[in-house]
Amino acid sequence: MSLHTIVLVKQVPDTSNISGEVMRPDGTVNRARLPAIFNPEDQEALELALRLKDKHGGKVTALTMGPPNAANMLRECLYMGADRAILVSDRRFAAADTLATSYALHKAVHRIGKYDLIFGGRQAIDGDTAQVGPQTAEKLGIPQITYTLEVQELDLKKRTIRAKRAIKNGYEILESPLPVLLTVTKDAAEPRPFDVRRLCTYKRAQSRFEIEATVDDSHDLVWMDELLEKAKTSDLLIETWNIEDIDADVEMCGLAGSPTKVHKVENVILSGAEYKAVPATSEGMNDMIAELMRDHIFG
Amino acid sequence: MNSKLKDMVWVFAEQTDGKLADVSLELLHKAQTLAGRMNSQVSAVLLGHQVEKLARTLFAHGADNVYLLDDAELKDFRSMPYANLITTLVEEQRPRVVLFGATHIGRDVAPRVASHTRSGLTADCTELKIETVTIKKVEYKDLLLQIRPAFGGNIIATIISPDVPIQMATIREGVMEMGEPDASRKGTIIPVKVELDPVEIAVKIIEKHQEKSGVNLKGAPIIVAGGYGADTPEKFQLIKDLAKVLRAEVAGSRAAVDAGLISPERQVGQTGTTVRPKLYIAIGISGAIQHRAGMQESQKIIAINSDAEAPIFQVAHYGIHGDLTVVIPKLIAAYKSQLH
Repeated sequence: MSLHTIVLVKQVPDTSNISGEVMRPDGTVNRARLPAIFNPEDQEALELALRLKDKHGGKVTALTMGPPNAANMLRECLYMGADRAILVSDRRFAAADTLATSYALHKAVHRIGKYDLIFGGRQAIDGDTAQVGPQTAEKLGIPQITYTLEVQELDLKKRTIRAKRAIKNGYEILESPLPVLLTVTKDAAEPRPFDVRRLCTYKRAQSRFEIEATVDDSHDLVWMDELLEKAKTSDLLIETWNIEDIDADVEMCGLAGSPTKVHKVENVILSGAEYKAVPATSEGMNDMIAELMRDHIFG
Repeated sequence: MNSKLKDMVWVFAEQTDGKLADVSLELLHKAQTLAGRMNSQVSAVLLGHQVEKLARTLFAHGADNVYLLDDAELKDFRSMPYANLITTLVEEQRPRVVLFGATHIGRDVAPRVASHTRSGLTADCTELKIETVTIKKVEYKDLLLQIRPAFGGNIIATIISPDVPIQMATIREGVMEMGEPDASRKGTIIPVKVELDPVEIAVKIIEKHQEKSGVNLKGAPIIVAGGYGADTPEKFQLIKDLAKVLRAEVAGSRAAVDAGLISPERQVGQTGTTVRPKLYIAIGISGAIQHRAGMQESQKIIAINSDAEAPIFQVAHYGIHGDLTVVIPKLIAAYKSQLH
């Protein structure tokens, strides 16, 4: 039986580059104004999946929910070695919290069909919540291994996987039946560089949005269908699914399906508290140390 | 204790090998404050094997009740049995608030429980409050304000879950104060029947390896921490030298960990450890809010940075503008000279 691994990936704003200007008044981030990158731990998750494919054969599907431009990241998945890329994208998914996100992702996994493994990064750098992986596993009714440091053994006959998971001050090795969802920590697997031949091929891969953008008013709808069909037959289509495509309940998606709401956002205003400026001289240091000793800070 | 009060605030009592996690005791202390605002009791949810004796400690730290789920299959933490049993209990008892430590265990189990019960869950909160909130003229009582830094630390977000009955949060160890235990406090143990399907216990623990004496940043009276400004091993060595002289623990910001200068268990900040030592020396750390969230409660803070505008100075008691390669040797010399 051939191995099928789904990798959950996310395009994230590069949070090291956020300024107040990119916040909307309602407290959400205007992602369009931020540089977008492949979430680092998701890229490591893809690498782990590709290594299992190198060893055992089979197929790797990259799945993301995000805005249309997340197709850029999906192309990178194809360059690395993913066999199939799926973009779940719909305005009605906007402002989803982790629960609404995992709901949509699990519906998309249902549409994909049979799978043996799901990999994802432990957490995304824009939220650092580490919730979407476990919540997707719960909705699929499958076990999970979070904080995965390494995959030790995949036994396709017994249908089990052994993985090493970080715990406080150490690690544990778990054996789980398939299918199982694993979330991967940083440094689990250095992502491989893009394959040059794959890059040449898949730089022409396009999502439905991108194909639509090439069609102007002078063409009719039949033309669009033909383009989609052509992309599909030449294996250059980034499949693009909306709410109906994954048979999702609108009420469970986006803001409506999110129990958590942003109530208030405050810019961090530094108190401007007074501190004692200590000159960077021996005298300055001496005075400071003497004061700290008087205050019984040492010993 | 009024036994008629409902237990609206719950804390997941995390234990490993029969030892309770500090963060669970810290959360019980906080839960008492939250429960007071709701005129409610606090309950701890304790899973494990032969762990009944831990209930006394939970009472002493603020639990009014302990739901006890004791079974050989629960000896070691595993996602599915733990999550499913907590889920069943939450669905039966319908608490308003459930708190988990943001540990390798809490961050694994809480999302599954929140997913099944369709509860709001916010990760890594740095503050929690109970308030009545009015949104569009509708009054929502007993809302849990889940406060955390977000998006690179440039903002503090307050998250609420107004439309669902159950509100959940994870909180890092050390963020909340533990409070003094009161050994005379009494409570009620509520045994809960444990029934598990073979599917729920299909994941096996093959091997477990835990260092007994890990890094104890939380217990260190003095911490010397380096950041991006100490971006070479040579510069970071100066930080280690200073720590050695002061008999302090060495720590670092996320930047230092990312640069491989220091191990992740020594990271201070929102995604690392929260510390409150007597003295915290921040060297070459700019002071992003995630870092400040992990150290600003320190009794005294010395900031050493070549950038006079660095935000770290805003939480410092002593600020030294200067190159760390110049400042640290002078500081070491000053300390040594005054020891004698």
